[in-house]
Amino acid sequence: MSELLRFATAGSVDDGKSTLIGRLLYDSKAIFEDQLEAVERSSEAMGSEHTNLALLTDGLRAEREQGITIDVAYRYFATPRRKFIIADTPGHIQYTRNMVTGASTADLALVLVDARKGLVEQSRRHAFLASLLRIPHLVLCVNKMDLVDWDEARFEEIKAEFRSFAAKLDIADLTFVPVSALHGDNVVTRSPNSPWYEGSSLLHHLEEVHIASDRNLIDVRFPVQYVIRPHNDEFHDYRGYAGTVAGGVMKPGDPVVVLPSGFSSTIASIETLDGPLDEAYAPQSVTVRLTDEIDISRGDMICRPHNQPTSGQDIDAMICWMDETASLQSRAKLVIKHTTRTARALVKNVQYRLDVNTLHRDDGTGSLSLNEIGRVQLRTTQPLFFDEYRRNRTTGSFILIDEASNTTVGAGMILGPAAPPS
Amino acid sequence: MSTTYELSHLRVLEAESIHVIREVAAEFERPVLLFSGGKDSIVMLRLAEKAFWPARIPFPVMHIDTGHNFPEVIEFRDRRVAELGVKLVVASVQQAIDDGRVIEERGPRASRNRLQTTALLDGIEEHRFDAAFGGARRDEEKARAKERVYSFRDEFGQWDPKNQRPELWSLYNGRHHQGEHIRIFPLSNWTELDIWQYIAEEHVAIPSIYYAHERQVFQRDGMWLSVNEFLEPGPDEEVVTKTVRYRTVGDATITGAVESSASTVEQVVAEVAATRLTERGATRADDRVTEAAMEDRKKEGYF
Repeated sequence: MSELLRFATAGSVDDGKSTLIGRLLYDSKAIFEDQLEAVERSSEAMGSEHTNLALLTDGLRAEREQGITIDVAYRYFATPRRKFIIADTPGHIQYTRNMVTGASTADLALVLVDARKGLVEQSRRHAFLASLLRIPHLVLCVNKMDLVDWDEARFEEIKAEFRSFAAKLDIADLTFVPVSALHGDNVVTRSPNSPWYEGSSLLHHLEEVHIASDRNLIDVRFPVQYVIRPHNDEFHDYRGYAGTVAGGVMKPGDPVVVLPSGFSSTIASIETLDGPLDEAYAPQSVTVRLTDEIDISRGDMICRPHNQPTSGQDIDAMICWMDETASLQSRAKLVIKHTTRTARALVKNVQYRLDVNTLHRDDGTGSLSLNEIGRVQLRTTQPLFFDEYRRNRTTGSFILIDEASNTTVGAGMILGPAAPPS
Repeated sequence: MSTTYELSHLRVLEAESIHVIREVAAEFERPVLLFSGGKDSIVMLRLAEKAFWPARIPFPVMHIDTGHNFPEVIEFRDRRVAELGVKLVVASVQQAIDDGRVIEERGPRASRNRLQTTALLDGIEEHRFDAAFGGARRDEEKARAKERVYSFRDEFGQWDPKNQRPELWSLYNGRHHQGEHIRIFPLSNWTELDIWQYIAEEHVAIPSIYYAHERQVFQRDGMWLSVNEFLEPGPDEEVVTKTVRYRTVGDATITGAVESSASTVEQVVAEVAATRLTERGATRADDRVTEAAMEDRKKEGYF
C-alpha cells in the first residue's frame, strides 16, 4: 500500500531549492521529456547557462518574466513506497503568507541551508513557520557540501547551531542531511563523499519517516458537513450525517454527544457507497448514522460525552495576516470559518506582533500588516467547538474573510479560550 | 481491518475530493459539474456519487459540446447520466456559432478549443450557476499547478493568477458576489497515474477509446489524429491503420491518439507508469500554441 506524504519547501533561487526539487523529480522520473525539453528551450532563450529547473515550477508568465517564484506551486512524484505532494513556496519574507499556506497541510518541512553560509535569517524564519504551523517533521538539508569539501566538522557546526535555535521552537522530529543537490549526493542514494554520515539519503528519509501517528486518533471530532436525506422509496427515512473525521476513531456502538444541542445518542452505523465501516478515522470522508432522531445540521459537532472540544465564543489565537489592502485592527469585524461552521468575529485585542526572524514580541502595536504574525483575541457571534491547534490541526485552525471583498485575509491557529469579557 | 489506521494514497485523495464536493453542495446555491465523458470527469462524477450516496447527486452536470465528438464518448455520457438520474445540460459550441456569438476558426489548424470558453460562460450565465466543478489536475500543466481548488472567477469568468485567495488547511472560501462564480477542482492533487490506478481499483467504466483499438490515423504535428467526419487529412498526410488508444479525450479534431497495445486497465496503468511524455504534451495540440497557452486561455474564462 502506498501512503501519501505532503511536504513543504521554502527557499530562494540561491540556496539550491529548485535544483533539489528538480533532482528529486528527475531521479524519480516525475519530470517528463517534453517538460524537460520545454525548460531547456526556455533556459536557452533566457540566456541561462544551465538548464533552469526552477522553470518547471515557476509556471506563471509573471514568474518567468521576473525569474522569481511568487505563488505556491504543487508538484507530484511517487516512488513504489509513497506518493509525494510538494508545496513549493517562495522564501522571501514578503511571501510569508504563501509559506504559511503551503505549510498548513504539510506533514514535513524541508529547510535548506548553504553549507558555506550556515544559518541565515531566512532559514530561521522557515523553521519558525514550520513550528508555528505544527508541521510534525523537519528536515534541515545542508546543501552545497561539495563546496566545503564534504567537511564533517562544518556539517556538525551547522547542526549544533540549528539545534540551539530549534530549542526555542516546538519541533517534534528533527533530521539533518548533508547534500549536494547539484551533483545528487545523498539526495536519492547515500554518497561515497560522506562516509562519516550514517543517516539516510533524503529520499529514503521521505519514504520512511513515520507519519501515521501524527494524526490525532484520541479525541473524536466529527464536524457535520452535510445532511443526507435521499427522499426516495428505498431509503425513505434515511438520515445520515456526512463529513470528514477530524480526530479520533469512531465505531458503531460508540456513545456520542452532539454540539451545540448537547443531545446524546449512539453511532448506529458508519456508511459509504462501498459498504459500512467498522471504524472511521481522519481524514476519511464518511456518513454517520445515529440511533436517535435528533435535529442535527451543518456546523454541528459530534464527539464523545467525556471528551469534548472547548465550546466558546472567546478565542485566543496566533494569526497570520494576509490582506494586501488593509491591516488587522482592534474592533475589526470579519467572517470566521472554522471546521464546517461559519460565524462573524470581532477582534477584541491585538496583543502582540511577533518578529518572525528574531521571535521577539512587539507589544502595543495594536495592528497586524500583510505577512505579519501576532497574538489576537476574538469574540464570535456563535460558539465554536475548538481544540488547541497543537492538539488538532483541523479543529484548531480557522480562516478570516473580509465581508466586503470576500477575500481570505487571515489564517488562525487557536491557542485556547480567551478570558470572556468582564 | 487495519490496526494502524493507515490509508492508501488513493483513499486519502478520494476523501479529500469528497470533502470538497460536499462542501460545495452545502455552501453554494446552484453548483454544476462539468462532464465531458473523459476519464477525469468520469472519476469526478464517481466521487460525487460517493459523496451523496444513497441520495442522488444534488446538482446537474453540464457538457460543453464542441460538436466534434467521439461517438463512443457521447454514448457513454448519456448512459452514465441515465444511470445516476442526474440532469444533463448541454452547452453547445455549434449553437454559439449558429447564433453568431463566436466565429469559427478557418484553415487546416482550425479548432473549436477557444470557442468552448464562450459556450461555457454562456451556459454558466444562462443557468445562473455559482459553482462549476472541473476535472483539471495540477500535474497536467504548469499554470494549473498554481491554481487553487476553489478558483475565483469574476463577472467575465476570468482567472487572475496574481490575485488568488490564500487556501489553507481544508477550509475553502467560496464567498462571491452576484454574477461571479467559483470553479471547483476536486481532483487538483491527483496525477494521471492516480486516476488510472483509481479506475483500476474501483472498476470504473470508461469509454472504449481509452483502450487499444485499430483506427485509421494520420500524422500531424507529431501526433496521430483520427480520420473522422470533422477532420480530413491533407494531401501530404498519409492515412494508415494503427493500434492506438487515447490518453485524453477532447475535441476530436485536436486530440491525438498514442500508439499502444494496452487493452486492459492494468496494461494502461503499467503504460502510464512508464511513459516519459505528459498526456498534454503527447496528445493535445491546444497546449502547443505558446508556453503560456493555458494561462492565457484561463484568464479568458477557460476551464
